[in-house]
Amino acid sequence: MTDAPAPQTFQMDGHDVAFAPGQSIMTAALAAGRYIPHLCFHPEFTAHGSCKVCTVKVNGQPHASCTTPARAGDVIESDTDELTQLRLNLVQFLFTEGNHFCPSCEKSGGCTLQGVAYELGMTTEHFSPLFPDRPVDASHPDVLLDFNRCILCELCIRASAIHDQKHVFALSGRGITKHLIVNAESGRLADTALALSDKAMTVCPVGVILRKRQGFAVPIGQRPYDRQPISAVATAHPDPEDGHE
Amino acid sequence: MSERAREPATVPRRKLRVATASLAGCFGCHMSLLDIDERLVDLLELIELDASPLTDKKRCGPCDLGLIEGGLCNAENVHTLRAMRANCKILVAVGACALNGGLPAQRNHIDVRDCLQTAYLSGPGVERGFIPNDPELPLPLAQVHPLHDVVKIDYFLAGCPPSAEAIWQFLTDLIAGRTPVTTHGLIRYD
Amino acid sequence: MTTLDLAAMLQRHGGDATRLVQILHEVTAALGYVPPATITELAARLGVSRAHVEGVVGFYSFFSAEPQGRFRVRFSDNITDQMAGSHALCQRMLDAFRLELGEVSRDGLVSIARTSCTGLCDQGPALLVNDRAIARLTPQRIGAICSLIRGEVPLAQWPENLFAIHSHVERRDRILAAVMQPGEGLAAAVARGAAATIAELERSGLRGRGGAGYPTGAKWAACAATPGPERYVVCNADEGEPGTFKDRELLAHHAELVIEGMTVAAFAVGAQRGLIYLRAEYPFLVAPLLELLERRRAAGLLGRAVGGVAGFAFDIELHVGAGAYVCGEESALIESLEGKRGIPRNRPPYPVTHGYRQRPTVVNNVETLAAAALVARDGADAVRGQGTPKSAGTKLLSVAGDVARPGIYEYPFGVTVRQVLDDAGAVGSQAVQVGGPSGTLLAAREFGRRIAFEDVPSAGAFMVFDQGRDMVAVVENFARFFAHESCGFCTPCRVGTTLAAQMMTRIATGVGSRRDVKDLARVAGVMKAASHCGLGATAGAPVVAALEKFRPAFDQRLRSLDVVPTFDLDLALAPAREATARDDLAAHLDEEGP
Repeated sequence: MTDAPAPQTFQMDGHDVAFAPGQSIMTAALAAGRYIPHLCFHPEFTAHGSCKVCTVKVNGQPHASCTTPARAGDVIESDTDELTQLRLNLVQFLFTEGNHFCPSCEKSGGCTLQGVAYELGMTTEHFSPLFPDRPVDASHPDVLLDFNRCILCELCIRASAIHDQKHVFALSGRGITKHLIVNAESGRLADTALALSDKAMTVCPVGVILRKRQGFAVPIGQRPYDRQPISAVATAHPDPEDGHE
Repeated sequence: MSERAREPATVPRRKLRVATASLAGCFGCHMSLLDIDERLVDLLELIELDASPLTDKKRCGPCDLGLIEGGLCNAENVHTLRAMRANCKILVAVGACALNGGLPAQRNHIDVRDCLQTAYLSGPGVERGFIPNDPELPLPLAQVHPLHDVVKIDYFLAGCPPSAEAIWQFLTDLIAGRTPVTTHGLIRYD
Repeated sequence: MTTLDLAAMLQRHGGDATRLVQILHEVTAALGYVPPATITELAARLGVSRAHVEGVVGFYSFFSAEPQGRFRVRFSDNITDQMAGSHALCQRMLDAFRLELGEVSRDGLVSIARTSCTGLCDQGPALLVNDRAIARLTPQRIGAICSLIRGEVPLAQWPENLFAIHSHVERRDRILAAVMQPGEGLAAAVARGAAATIAELERSGLRGRGGAGYPTGAKWAACAATPGPERYVVCNADEGEPGTFKDRELLAHHAELVIEGMTVAAFAVGAQRGLIYLRAEYPFLVAPLLELLERRRAAGLLGRAVGGVAGFAFDIELHVGAGAYVCGEESALIESLEGKRGIPRNRPPYPVTHGYRQRPTVVNNVETLAAAALVARDGADAVRGQGTPKSAGTKLLSVAGDVARPGIYEYPFGVTVRQVLDDAGAVGSQAVQVGGPSGTLLAAREFGRRIAFEDVPSAGAFMVFDQGRDMVAVVENFARFFAHESCGFCTPCRVGTTLAAQMMTRIATGVGSRRDVKDLARVAGVMKAASHCGLGATAGAPVVAALEKFRPAFDQRLRSLDVVPTFDLDLALAPAREATARDDLAAHLDEEGP
């Protein structure tokens, strides 16, 4: 073993993208400064590919870029009208599914769902909103859970299980009734082991897990996606989801 | 006559007739329209207002363009929206409430019956209350709906409210016959 | 209700959290539901988080954390049940108990709901009551069931004939006509050797019968080639595709052949344990299967030194699903076997290398295993000699709907749709749904097409619709099915199936518009392009096919070509009318507008 092997590359939208063994299309693309819209992907956690917003075409076939291993010679399409339309529809699905009222949300301006929707040029949810009934959980002294905004990305579940070793969050139900639950017979966050210092407190891409008494701290106009589009934020910092807590 | 038909580009543009309405909203979008400030003068060179809270004309006549803020909260909102749709060639949903129900839609998980009973019969401080039942009062819908749930909407202008800049950009595009473009900073949901 | 000794019960399950689905079945049988306090105790005793147990309870249709009736009635809601009058029969029972669908009677006696196809399409309408299935429902049978429930007669004392499941085999070929002595297939495999058995299977051209058609020999070879301390063979008996009931027949009357196939597979790939994942809708198969496994143990065909082969230890256990169609997908099935929510895994890696407990695992459909047993005994040429170049052997079809003789038909691959229709006595058919809702919708002009992987592949369903049927109602039933069965993992399927079902219901009930038709196509496209697994990828297929082949049926049902409200405007004023006691003209909204 003398020389380091030449870096392997795939092609994405006409550009060569180098990757290291074990990287996904997503991680390789982000490292190369090429943004692929995404919601449930977080660089610190194993990708699971549920939101499907990062769908790209690999040699003509659609795949979630966060769970698809990078492979030398593959031809990837990402920034195409067809895929933008697909991603836009998926984001519209998410807005339709939950209760997303940005004007009254503490996360507005720093919300990944909102940022991705701006990026995709979403002007309307298009579909008829489902208006689910999702009561908030204000039982915890320091934390508010507003399930209305949950997009079921499972980042808090992964953070609490893997990083915090607490399993505070999980999913129940299935299909359109799938919903976030907390680890307590009472169903109340106050009766779980969640602490403010938990990683799970910092990973929510939308406005579900909120510190009490800290809303609207950043003035409008200075929030992350006021200043520049999420594509610029995400490729400027390797870890955009953490950038605004 | 035939001269003109051959040279349509030289025809002086007539003013577009525009109606506006506020349904279940806060008039914030109308206020933001006024916030285009001195450009209002330019705008009024290009449009004339039909039914609008700004003219206090109630019944909408045939219009080129309709701008509606607010969602659908009650029967009257539905009538107004339908009259606008019937009269406007282009109908625009303006602002968060028109787009997805907005703040008023946060009542959607509350049963209207419970709400009226609590407010008028059983709530704190209510004595010998009764639920208003005058036929003049529009009845609330079971849920607040966005405009596109009931009629076809041609364009959507997001924001709470959309900024004066976004409104100006949007209107000048529409009036000039261009498909409105929405670049970063002009689409805002809050 | 009986009480439950949780500690003793868990001890029987070895305190093993991967047996959670089986444990929850026992809790439900004893208590009628899984009370929150029981969830807490189960989690503590099994050493898993409470939220995990709650999540599993919440995932499966047949579990509930809310009290259910002591008699839990579930009407099968396949389109063939619906065509045979199930909705009216269900309403009859609801009326008898003055209940709404999904409601529990106030005295806790009975709850009545609908469930996805229970696999009795040849003898529908059907229902489940607790863990018993009842077929061939009539108003008289519904009356009898209501009386028994009202009298609180324990299910064990209900007349046995109520629970009779008939067998309707209308055409036998290689598999259904086979007579195999227990151990015969295994003996042939042992004589040939493990590697040669896999080679023989590859040479036979046998492809998976569950729908996807993956070459069985290649699957076994990949599993055998993966190093590891243990391997597993899983029989996928989660026959959830609506309209399919051929595995029911195989397990009821040819189970010996299926178990023989599992044993051959275990020998070939070097597996020590086998698992049968049986859908909960087939409770009547549990006892016979357990007895068969016992018989084979007694005969030395399971256990240590199986078939007299020194060092070949193999045994099989039975797992019962809990009402989740998605668990028919092999990686979701494995998750369920491990006591989790049935969410399809990301692949690669595939189950052949990282399956049950992350070990190399072969998952085969019931029919595939039966066919494999015959390959082992009779050799590859016998299978190759039947069918078409890319589809060797025979296929069992579950024929139901508008035919004179519903039942199981076994044909060599390549049979035309028209041939099947003629044999089953179908008259005036306008459409056939081959392979169930996730399969292919064929119009009459396509009845010359053939059942084969190279033309119309099929997991086994063959539902026939005559000219009197409303194809919009058929597709609406399918759309509701997918919405009910979406696991909810990925956005396109979770939201798309629900939006599609809502739009189909609007169209089917005559309040849809052309916007719904356009949006249906859009939603179907999103689901197909972006879904995580086959459920979502195919959920839009019936809609797309029906829009292509039966578009006039849709257009005739539209209220308007223009956009119309997505909800009933006048109905939306009803709560306020009630609260204000108003009924004047202004208290109503007409649907047409100004």
